[in-house]
Amino acid sequence: MSTQTGPYSDPYASSRETTEGTVFSVTGGDWDSLVTEIGQAKEERVVVNMGPQHPSTHGVLRLVLELEGETVTEVRCGIGYLHTGIEKNMEFRNWTQGTTFVTRMDYLAPLFNEAAYCLGVEKLLGITQDIPERANVIRVMMMEFNRISSHMVALGTGALELGALSPMIFCFREREKVLDVFEMISGLRMNMAYIRPGGVAQDLPTGAIDKILATVKDLRESFKDNEKLLVGNSIWMKRTEGIGYLDLAGATTLGITGPIMRATGLPLDLRKMQPYSGYENYNFDVVTADTCDVYGRFLIRVNELEQSLRIIEQCAAKLKTLDGAPVMVADKKIAWPAQLAIGADGMGNSLGHIREIMGTSMESLIHHFKLVTEGFRVPAGQVYATVESPRGELAAHIVSDGGTRPYRVHFREPSFNNLQSVSAMCEGSMVADIVGAVASIDPVMGGVDR
Amino acid sequence: MSEDQQGMFGSAGTGDTSGYGGLVRSSESFGSTQRPYGGYFDQVADDLERAYPDFADAIERVVVDRGELTLHIKVDRLFEVAKILRDNLKFEMCMGVSGVHYPEDKDRELHAVYPLFSITNNQRIRLEVSVPDADSRIPSLVEVWASNNWHERETFDMFGIIFDGHPGLTRILMPDDWQGHPQRKDYALGGISVEYKGASVPPPSDRRSYK
Repeated sequence: MSTQTGPYSDPYASSRETTEGTVFSVTGGDWDSLVTEIGQAKEERVVVNMGPQHPSTHGVLRLVLELEGETVTEVRCGIGYLHTGIEKNMEFRNWTQGTTFVTRMDYLAPLFNEAAYCLGVEKLLGITQDIPERANVIRVMMMEFNRISSHMVALGTGALELGALSPMIFCFREREKVLDVFEMISGLRMNMAYIRPGGVAQDLPTGAIDKILATVKDLRESFKDNEKLLVGNSIWMKRTEGIGYLDLAGATTLGITGPIMRATGLPLDLRKMQPYSGYENYNFDVVTADTCDVYGRFLIRVNELEQSLRIIEQCAAKLKTLDGAPVMVADKKIAWPAQLAIGADGMGNSLGHIREIMGTSMESLIHHFKLVTEGFRVPAGQVYATVESPRGELAAHIVSDGGTRPYRVHFREPSFNNLQSVSAMCEGSMVADIVGAVASIDPVMGGVDR
Repeated sequence: MSEDQQGMFGSAGTGDTSGYGGLVRSSESFGSTQRPYGGYFDQVADDLERAYPDFADAIERVVVDRGELTLHIKVDRLFEVAKILRDNLKFEMCMGVSGVHYPEDKDRELHAVYPLFSITNNQRIRLEVSVPDADSRIPSLVEVWASNNWHERETFDMFGIIFDGHPGLTRILMPDDWQGHPQRKDYALGGISVEYKGASVPPPSDRRSYK
């Protein structure tokens, strides 16, 4: 271990002079020499670049911190490292292909992205009322399962980032069970593109309800492990109580929605306030807290799991009565022509459909070809469709010029908006508390950057 | 999407082979909606008229379409109207700003759309302003709704709309030294050609079906 100081003296903690002052590059390992060198500087004010490659910034988020000793005086976020131009690309694909793009934005909540987009397209088409009941119930059920899997990552990684390793193991174990359900229903564990304009890609497979109910039972039991580990745990509470404070006034002016807003005591939940996909037909409670801090947001996520399970059980009961009902809108000019089935290599056209279009009906083939290659037309206009995603209000602003492709799609991403609150939450706090505050925002960079 | 681009096989257009693809499509040609607007929209319009004496002068059009209310506002009145909507009509939240580029809409090429949300009244409305491409300046609403900070930066980044009075209008998603504004219609999708089994697949923006 080197005890030398000065420019480039240490391979792990080299320093160089710039016009802004001395810049230290810490590449891991030897913190002693860095501390010695910084100790020699006359200034207390240090600017630290945290991320974008950092294990506790929750993805490729870059934070530029200005510190006075251990106290944070200024935080600025650097985003855009995961920008993929999804909104631009969608203008070059037809309306149905859009789901394949949006599902990849917030990759922890793919079904919510699809739902917001499809609700928007359906509103533009004027077929919101024509979506079959069974499709709506399946959508709600899938979204609630997705809320659980998303909250599992939020809780697991949030705890991990604050140094609690065991909750992560449990959370990812539970998430696997939810992903198994997704795989059974859609053929895919992530990025399913399952919700499509007009309904869902395909009906539930045989025996799905039993598996769903078994999973719900299993999850309800396993969630207790996590609760025992963290709720009321004095170490966990010391790291989270009073940290990342943001009250109602701050949250409102910063446009905050989701668990952060509900942690200020306001029951802002679009599932209740402006129901979509039939959410008005389910019994569930909006979970709130009044602590405005990281612990409150944590408790909200923990308690929302049970509410999601309640909704899923009601969905399962409804689905039993709707057995065999259609899952795609009746209008053949919009509905995806192919009957899909899960084969050995994932979801694809069912053999029966292939036989029909290739063997028996030329008209079916033409219809299939036209709708799949060119797509349907959507009347001109603009809409703003919202859903309550695990992170808050997720909305799609969709503009059509009457063509087969979107003219403009813009997503109002809750992660993107909520990340603005990092400065309000963290300035004046300790460096270590930033990690907790960012984890409680639960930003998903795929959604932030799109 | 610009006129001078050529697709594969010299073809341009949607790739439609049915013969019906040539039907003329009109982009956004809604007139002003006549009262009654329906739902709470009449109430919102009445309240705004009462609270804002210059209503008739500032509002260009009121459009109710698909159950959503859009107020088209003169760009120099946007700030005043926004403030009144927040303070008097209780639209506490602005859910951001989304740009739309209409190259054919002469002298009103760039539109900015603001979805507003009233938690108190559980209402949503939308503001829309348009500016010419040559002078694309819109007053910033960060002072009214602080949440618009990043959203306006994003719209500047993607469309080149300049939000006057924004505390730090810099790019947010694209690199700082990026040329152009990607979401504009005159900005090609781009991409590079890819070789596959000896053949070259052209970049997306050169493929006929993506033009």
